[in-house]
Amino acid sequence: MEALVASAVGIMTAAGIFLILRRRTFPVILGLSLITYAVNVFLFATGRLALDAPAVLNKYEKVPYTDPLPQALVLTAIVISFGMTAVIVMIALSAYLSSKDDHIDMTAQDSVDGAGEDA
Amino acid sequence: MNHWIVAPIVLPAILAPFIIMVLRYHLDLQRIFSVAGVVALLGIALTITAQAAGGDILVYELGDWPAPFGIVLVLDRLSAMMVLLTALLALPIVLYAIASGWDDRGKHFHALFHFQLMGVCGAFLTGDAFNLFVFFEVLLIASYGLMTHGGGSVRLKAGVQYVAYNLLGSTLFLFALGTLYAVTGTLNMADLAVRVAEIPPEDTALLRVGAVLLLLVFCIKAAVLPLHFWLPASYANAPLPVAALFAIMTKVGAYSILRVDTLVFGPDVAVTQGLLGDWLQPAALLTLAVGAIGILGSQHIARMTAFCAIASMGTLLIAISLFTETATTAALYYIFHSTLATALMFLVADLVMERRGGAIAPTAPMAQSGLVSALFFVGAIAMAGMPPLSGFIGKLLVLDAARDAPDANAIWAVILIGSFVTIVGLARAGTLIFWKSHDAQHNPAPEVEDDEEAPALPAPEPNPGLAFTAIFGMVMGLVMLTLFAGPALTYAGKTAEQLFTPENYISAVLGGEE
Repeated sequence: MEALVASAVGIMTAAGIFLILRRRTFPVILGLSLITYAVNVFLFATGRLALDAPAVLNKYEKVPYTDPLPQALVLTAIVISFGMTAVIVMIALSAYLSSKDDHIDMTAQDSVDGAGEDA
Repeated sequence: MNHWIVAPIVLPAILAPFIIMVLRYHLDLQRIFSVAGVVALLGIALTITAQAAGGDILVYELGDWPAPFGIVLVLDRLSAMMVLLTALLALPIVLYAIASGWDDRGKHFHALFHFQLMGVCGAFLTGDAFNLFVFFEVLLIASYGLMTHGGGSVRLKAGVQYVAYNLLGSTLFLFALGTLYAVTGTLNMADLAVRVAEIPPEDTALLRVGAVLLLLVFCIKAAVLPLHFWLPASYANAPLPVAALFAIMTKVGAYSILRVDTLVFGPDVAVTQGLLGDWLQPAALLTLAVGAIGILGSQHIARMTAFCAIASMGTLLIAISLFTETATTAALYYIFHSTLATALMFLVADLVMERRGGAIAPTAPMAQSGLVSALFFVGAIAMAGMPPLSGFIGKLLVLDAARDAPDANAIWAVILIGSFVTIVGLARAGTLIFWKSHDAQHNPAPEVEDDEEAPALPAPEPNPGLAFTAIFGMVMGLVMLTLFAGPALTYAGKTAEQLFTPENYISAVLGGEE
């Protein structure tokens, strides 16, 4: 199971990095989402992998339990990365609509004329 | 429990939603509440600085959960100083944003401004690594809104890059925290320090990975050389008063490096020995060099100012990477100076851009050319580190602290040549913008109407008096830092001393447990 989870994290990260290096915003955002999935699975696994174990202690009998803290961390991370992805989609969409161009890089023209230009 | 510690976070956290929900359509009321909020924050910051100045390390347990299990806020001299710096920086910037009408060019400026302050203060006060991540996200998500404030296609495009880069940085932060948690089983910084010291040296491969990842994340925030690419485009295209506020964000990165590497991966920890000296130091030297070259080569005043920010981060990180008590004292003094100086330069750049556009080339003369050029001159002196302002003292301290370092020659050479190139670059920009504009052959600028060429050009700000007051307030901050360099250095020295005895921090947070 460790090998499966580890290779899943690795493949998702690799695919995410590949997509982030594209030149248009859509693949870049997809890549960012893949990397956030990878980090969520990774965080989940930092509490050690345990099958069929509850995340709470049982005070009546000695049963295996899994570390609850990474689950709390991963919940926070999911919420934050989801919100951030929504934000970047909105900004990328308005950038695309206002310039009719979804390249992520800025052209030389942009940075010379446009730096700090007012709306 | 002392509730003052949580006040710098709670106040903006209440004020910002209040501004959004109640004062949504009343810009005047928003302005009043926003300024009042920043003044109150300054009051709180002064109070907690007075409390921390005695040398006690005060701990605030959120929800009253004891330390390694609950999240703690920790107030020591460094945190108090950084919160004070944030409040001191925020006041002139909010006044300038109001005076220049920037807050009217888009929605929710003041609410986002206070959310940003909440994130910054929280990052300075927290004693928990995961909570540090959360506050990073709070300040980042507010900064995304501020960065694209006012809209415009170029700004939005720069905004996409900025968000993408920081999203990647956040992911890296999570990877780092996950690795550290997997090794140590804790994320409380004091507890981490205890556990890291206990791990036998042969089992530390994963821990080293975590430490390096964490340093990498903070280097992204601090715009250290190979990771600085986000900064020039973002800062140059952000509204410049916002860029002035962002001057504190790079310092959040520097603060985190200082905090984590004195407390968790301290000088005595064998695992990460040489991390700062061998890796951060060359990167910091290169950062300063690239910043100085960027200042010389920029064609646009906003971009030039962004490179000023990079160059000053280079100097600051050189001081931090020396990692001795004297060097840290110098770094703490310089952090105060460089934040104010960078913000001052951004505000002056905004004055220039509002009057004549930002190109570093001769154009028609602008309104209040004399006053603006005088302010540019003061800002340039501060930025380049020339006497009589505090930049000179700061750089002198850094050079002095580097005297015994193994690479002293390289450090001295880079700082001195870097300062020289900075002076040349700033002088070039000032000459082209302010002096050459008065040459006769450059006067006929095609787009300027005849009546606007009259001797008394109107200032573009709705309230130029307040705008200049705000900027002069910042200049006064630098002058005070110069005049009271003695007391400031004493405080910085005591702060460095506190940082290099992490045992007190650990026992304050964990109580009698260890």
